[in-house]
Amino acid sequence: MAEKEKFTLVLFSGDLDKALAAFILATTAASMGMQVTMFFTFWGLNVIKRNQGKIKSQGIMRKMLNVLNRGGAKRLKLSKFNMLGMGTWMMKKMMKQSNYPSIDEFIDMAREMGITMVPCSTSCGILGLPDDAFTDGVMSQAGAAFFLAQAKESKVTLFI
Amino acid sequence: MKANQTLDCFGLMCPMPIIKTAQALKKMKPGEVLEINATDKGIKHDMPAWCKTTGNECLAIEDRGDEIKVYVKKLQD
Repeated sequence: MAEKEKFTLVLFSGDLDKALAAFILATTAASMGMQVTMFFTFWGLNVIKRNQGKIKSQGIMRKMLNVLNRGGAKRLKLSKFNMLGMGTWMMKKMMKQSNYPSIDEFIDMAREMGITMVPCSTSCGILGLPDDAFTDGVMSQAGAAFFLAQAKESKVTLFI
Repeated sequence: MKANQTLDCFGLMCPMPIIKTAQALKKMKPGEVLEINATDKGIKHDMPAWCKTTGNECLAIEDRGDEIKVYVKKLQD
């Protein structure tokens, strides 16, 4: 068979709704036989942070940031109508009622489908995120050149 | 229409019926037919598009109102 077509996307946002859009397209592309790379940068890193345990970082500002901005797929909020968490709670409830997968389940699916999930090294450096801040199956950190090299060979690219 | 296997996608929304179809077809042999029972209206456009991209054949789509039946024939591994 010919070489697989590629689909590369950047997830910049750490919002629940935007992460959902990214994972829907990524898993569908993988099911269509495409080779998928998801590049997580800045607030998007919150999506792939592990849910459990403390995230250890250096320096008072980074420590504070990683408490206030803990992240983890189960802690994501809606970009609109969060209403102190009420709106997000309701949205998750509606998704569950509709039998729709959560972001955590989408991450599991992505892992099983062989989707490459990459944290941006610069964001990790600035925000103080070590490699063990992320959930299982996430690749080691990479930079802009890695993304562009992938994007250049891709038929479809997105920035979310 | 005769199918070798049936896939229950009742109540599932995009992209779950497509992803489940992909997983099910992976385990089937070329030439076999999969029947998908779904409620997501998008499947009428999604399945032909998915089949076209993956090189499989979407044999028929029967919209029965409260249920949409789709038949997909696996053409290649």
